[in-house]
Amino acid sequence: MRVLLAKDLRILRRSPLLVGLLVAYPILIAVLIGLALSQGPGKPKVAVVNELAGGGAPLTIGGTRVEPLEYAEKLSESIDPVQVRSRAEARRRVLDGEVLAAIIVPRDLLQRVQSTIALAGGNQRPTVEVLYNAQDPVKRRFVESTIDSRVAELNRAVSGKLTEVAAGYIDLLLRGGHFSLLGRSFDVIGLERAKQMIDTVLTRTPRGTPSHAELQRVSRFAGLAVDNLDLAKPILRSAGAPIAVKEVALRGRHTPLNAYAVAIAVTLSLMLVCVLLAAGMLALEREEHAFSRLVRGLVSHTTLVAEKIVLAAACAAAAALLLCAGVSLFVALDWGRAPWWVLATAVGGLGFAALGVAIGALAREVRAASLLAILLTLPIAFLALVPSGAVDDTLYDVIRAISAVFPFRPALHAVDAAINGGGLAGPLAHLAGLTVAWAAIARVGLRRFA
Amino acid sequence: MTAAAAPSATPALAVTGVTRRFGQRVALRDVSFTVDGGETVAVIGPNGAGKTTLLSIIGGVLAATDGDVSRRPADVGWVPQQPAVYGKLTVRENLELFARLERAADPRAAADAMLDQTGLRDRAGDELSTLSGGNRQRVNIAVGLLADPDVLLLDEPSSSLDPRQRARLWEFVDALAARGTAVVFTTHDVGEAERHADRLLVLADGQLLFDGTPAELLAAAGQGASHLEAAFVAFLAERGF
Repeated sequence: MRVLLAKDLRILRRSPLLVGLLVAYPILIAVLIGLALSQGPGKPKVAVVNELAGGGAPLTIGGTRVEPLEYAEKLSESIDPVQVRSRAEARRRVLDGEVLAAIIVPRDLLQRVQSTIALAGGNQRPTVEVLYNAQDPVKRRFVESTIDSRVAELNRAVSGKLTEVAAGYIDLLLRGGHFSLLGRSFDVIGLERAKQMIDTVLTRTPRGTPSHAELQRVSRFAGLAVDNLDLAKPILRSAGAPIAVKEVALRGRHTPLNAYAVAIAVTLSLMLVCVLLAAGMLALEREEHAFSRLVRGLVSHTTLVAEKIVLAAACAAAAALLLCAGVSLFVALDWGRAPWWVLATAVGGLGFAALGVAIGALAREVRAASLLAILLTLPIAFLALVPSGAVDDTLYDVIRAISAVFPFRPALHAVDAAINGGGLAGPLAHLAGLTVAWAAIARVGLRRFA
Repeated sequence: MTAAAAPSATPALAVTGVTRRFGQRVALRDVSFTVDGGETVAVIGPNGAGKTTLLSIIGGVLAATDGDVSRRPADVGWVPQQPAVYGKLTVRENLELFARLERAADPRAAADAMLDQTGLRDRAGDELSTLSGGNRQRVNIAVGLLADPDVLLLDEPSSSLDPRQRARLWEFVDALAARGTAVVFTTHDVGEAERHADRLLVLADGQLLFDGTPAELLAAAGQGASHLEAAFVAFLAERGF
């Protein structure tokens, strides 16, 4: 096997395009993944049509000053606002793809907010309009998630302000104070002071008289109102955020999305390099007509299969580790776990290489082997990434069964565990079993190889 | 053609009752013959007669369904029709690789000997893919000779060579036979078989129809055949091929 390995490495060295691809591929993927994970999404361009009368001048609600521009600035933190003059222009820009979406702030928004706060009646809710192009479902999803979350943030801020105003009214009712309405000032005595005044009058009113009994009833009412209106403030706060969300991870450990993306990228690279190399190198023996010469007593079929598996796994593991090193420039990876990376990529590589030699043995020609390798492995990889709950239970069981007989899923689990921590023994044992099984299929396939 | 070798008690190669089936199709049926050391035997026959299958079985590339071959594959030098060498390796690297796989005591010395024998020393450092078809075939034959076998099998060795390269090839093969190597080769060129073979084996539809000298084939074909190719065609026609 050593002699064959030396021969194949020499052939690889003489194939600068292939070696170049083997080196460039992980570096390119590492840079792409690294940039994608470290940069994060940029601010989406969103057209804003501000139809507010006065351009959003400050307004006073229930004695509290509200600055609409403060909320506009909050919106600008997460989007790149493009100010446009009219709804028609906003519509055109959205349709032309110049902006992701358009937010239209209607002329009467603040009046409606004011009416809502002042309990002035009417059932017209203050509404902000969002225009987006729904032709592209991916874009639509992005707009929905981006704009909806921004509008929700604004809603929370406005809701907080409304709660503050309402709480002020309640304080006024409870403790009294000055209140201005339509340019006139009122002195509100408040329920607490009213009760004190009634109680004072009660002490001076003879017991058993009708006036004493009635004043006692009014005093009890004032006491009840003071006690219960104090409870109204927390109720108002909960109305501002009616549903609280508590996130609880029920199963497994928590892997950050970035680190999981690295594990996927490493496993995909390992798979592609390994399967293509193993399938191609075995098929090349036949295309060079050397297979017959080798197996007529010089090398056994089993040795030939094992040599290709070791060669492809070693090359692919080296490429995968190069990718890890490249990605670590962008994403924090724990280099203390590097020995586990080596172990996971090496054993994963053996599994993929065994699949590759089986493909090479069945396809028998380099081009056919390469095509078959791509056509078979990519759908298997995508299937293995389908999460439970995303599809029907029966279909998921089928997907799980298919994924179990190919090395991608156990290799992903092994690489993920190696990079992010977790149990390695299970995936490695699974990969070892698959390596033996696929190598046996390759060995049988060689019977019709000559 | 070498001087006719005297029959020895133990032939260099004995093929006995070899049959090969591919599913329902019978590619070879009950083929038997012997070859003595220093003898050169040509296997001729129409396309699909089973010539390559016969050499592949003797060379150990294919297993016989039935019958025996006296030699182990490791003792037989096998040169396939297509050069079975690596295009990305140099001439020397190819020779050293196969010398190591043949477990030669000194692979480098074995490669050197073959470079001298094939006259390719000046191309030793060239990648095989850069050589002409003739030179590639010479390397192919050299690989078959690395283990210094007693029996050499050549499957249509001159099919891709120009006349000058052919002449050099046969000069080389005749020299091997003169040194005692038993040579079995297949060819479509009956004239080449007549010039270089001591004996002819005529195969058709997997059956061995004739085993004898060129002169005996001429005689067997009857009065009408003026030369060996005509005799060969007439011989096959008489038997319905």
